[in-house]
Amino acid sequence: MDLKEKLLSSFLVFENQIDIDTYVHDVRNDAIKIFEEKGFPTKKEEAWKYTSLNKVLKEDYSVFPQQENAIEYKDIKKYFIHDIDTYKIVFIDGKYSSHLSQTTHDGIDVCLMSSALTKPKYRILIENYFNKAATKDSLSSLNTAFSNEGAYIHIPKNKMVEKPIQIVHFSTGNESATMLQPRNLIVADENSYVQIIERHQSLSDNPVLTNSVTEIFANKRAIVDYYKIQNDNSNASLIDNTFIKQKKESVVSVHTFAFGGKLTRNNLNFFQEGERIDSILKGVTIIGEKQHVDHNTLVHHIEPNCESHQDYKGIFGENSTGVFNGKIIVEKEAQKTNAFQANNNILVSDKATINTKPQLEIFADDVKCSHGCTIGQLDESAMFYMRSRGIPEKEAKALLMYAFSNNVLSSVKIPEMKQRITKIIANKLGVDIGFDL
Amino acid sequence: MLKIDNLHASVEDKSILKGINLEVKAGEVHAIMGPNGSGKSTLASVIAGKEEYEVTKGNIEFNGEDIDELAAEERAHKGVFLSFQYPVEIPGVSVTNFMKTAINETRKAQGLEDMPAKDMLKLIREKSELLEIDRKFLSRSLNEGFSGGEKKRNEIFQMAMLEPKLAILDETDSGLDIDALRIVANGVNKLKSNDNAVVVITHYQRLLDYIVPDFVHVLYNGKIVKSGTKELAHELEEKGYDWIKEEVNA
Repeated sequence: MDLKEKLLSSFLVFENQIDIDTYVHDVRNDAIKIFEEKGFPTKKEEAWKYTSLNKVLKEDYSVFPQQENAIEYKDIKKYFIHDIDTYKIVFIDGKYSSHLSQTTHDGIDVCLMSSALTKPKYRILIENYFNKAATKDSLSSLNTAFSNEGAYIHIPKNKMVEKPIQIVHFSTGNESATMLQPRNLIVADENSYVQIIERHQSLSDNPVLTNSVTEIFANKRAIVDYYKIQNDNSNASLIDNTFIKQKKESVVSVHTFAFGGKLTRNNLNFFQEGERIDSILKGVTIIGEKQHVDHNTLVHHIEPNCESHQDYKGIFGENSTGVFNGKIIVEKEAQKTNAFQANNNILVSDKATINTKPQLEIFADDVKCSHGCTIGQLDESAMFYMRSRGIPEKEAKALLMYAFSNNVLSSVKIPEMKQRITKIIANKLGVDIGFDL
Repeated sequence: MLKIDNLHASVEDKSILKGINLEVKAGEVHAIMGPNGSGKSTLASVIAGKEEYEVTKGNIEFNGEDIDELAAEERAHKGVFLSFQYPVEIPGVSVTNFMKTAINETRKAQGLEDMPAKDMLKLIREKSELLEIDRKFLSRSLNEGFSGGEKKRNEIFQMAMLEPKLAILDETDSGLDIDALRIVANGVNKLKSNDNAVVVITHYQRLLDYIVPDFVHVLYNGKIVKSGTKELAHELEEKGYDWIKEEVNA
């Protein structure tokens, strides 16, 4: 039985098991029909031209991990930003782990999707927001059909959340292969502020496939800073589908740090539904071996006087492949749009590949849109210069690569987070230098 | 300290150095002069260990050890320093962090611990004052947007920080106005001691008024064709290089 059939037959069991209200039930039933009809995307589709899911889909995934698995905090502490106080929503093999989490209902809701989908007090919010940003593509629909667990975050009007919120999904590898479909919903009401860090981490070498959907709603003047840390094991693959709806004068930034995993696909979609909105998309990709990272971004400018800023840096070694596909749509009404996109890449190996493709669809006539992509190598003269001052080859390379990505790193607003990323980069590049630029 | 014996070097099969012999002892200042294209910068790069150049014959000895096979950073760790004619711009790496990394990597190679942050700051303050460098300048990206003079001053600042045994100054005077020239030369002279040596590569005699050489060599067509004392530099300034070429070709 292939994975699609397995999922379709599992759905019936899944849907009967769960006690839910009609709205979510209908949404899930519609979603499974879309998945049934469309199936998994193939390279024939333009948006998947450079990323094949074939190999990843061949594994015999367990789609409902049954066992409850416990993990000690000390064993996984390193996957958290642990030197600052944060809220934590932690999942182990798709199930909520209360002893690793620190949730709250005190003035804000930082809790579980499973509660939000079933408890009457959340019904209105769920009906207003759940699945209202996600598109009807096959993978998001698949997630919607099986959605029952993940993070649910609601920040009410005028609330500034001082502690960042960490959402961490662990997979233990207790099953020979695991498929996870976390579903996160974040609603930031008018004039609120929240910082969120998301991470998916496999704790074994067994194959894991995560098909995640995150919906973020930033209402009027809300500010959301979202960070994704992707530094998973070489048998873990991630399809991250993130949908962001912004209302007027809101500012949402998403930083994606893609350092590993087998296959990573980031579908990052921004929809601007109001004036004077700012959308910020930044990414650093540093991969090697046979790793594959695909950034597929969309910024949809619908109303006038909005901005978007995209800045993606990629460093590709060994046999790795990268894809950047950045689409910007500027509707006819979206006059005075200012859309900026940059994608700079360094290939440090002859066998590494990057496919970069900007796609601009502009229907308004008074806009500023700029895009640029570059593909280069490390500057040899800079290498000799640094080495002649006593900096060894590996460290000199690392310093140049770090400097190359520094534009993106410098906009990370949580210092401990920035430090952590810096450490991961140093680790990744196999050096022990400070980089305190 | 430095002993170069019958050194031949080429780049992409083009032979540039054709048998250089040169000995520099501790405490000495040598000047290497010569017309454009004679191989001066190549000699500097080959001593510093630039990989594009292939040593085809002869060898370079530094403090009794063959260094031809060593990587550029290993030569630096042993005390070889090259001040670049065209210092490279490195966006995103500050002068301070670059120096910290260079010093600590050198210490690591010598089996020493990292320099304590306090000592590092003190050293930076001391040496930046010597070169009359503004503190703000140190947090800027290395060489990025620096004027010609700033770049050269920054090279000598780095030399002061690293305290090499052998400093090779490749056309350090080019692009300097008279004030900057004096600051740079003053810096070099203050660092000069009986334990280290300086090789000044220059096209003009101007810098040698400030950094006075013990020996002057003329490089022409990949060979040292004439050696003398500082008077030779004056003679070259007056008469140009044509008479040397004629002498050699005759």
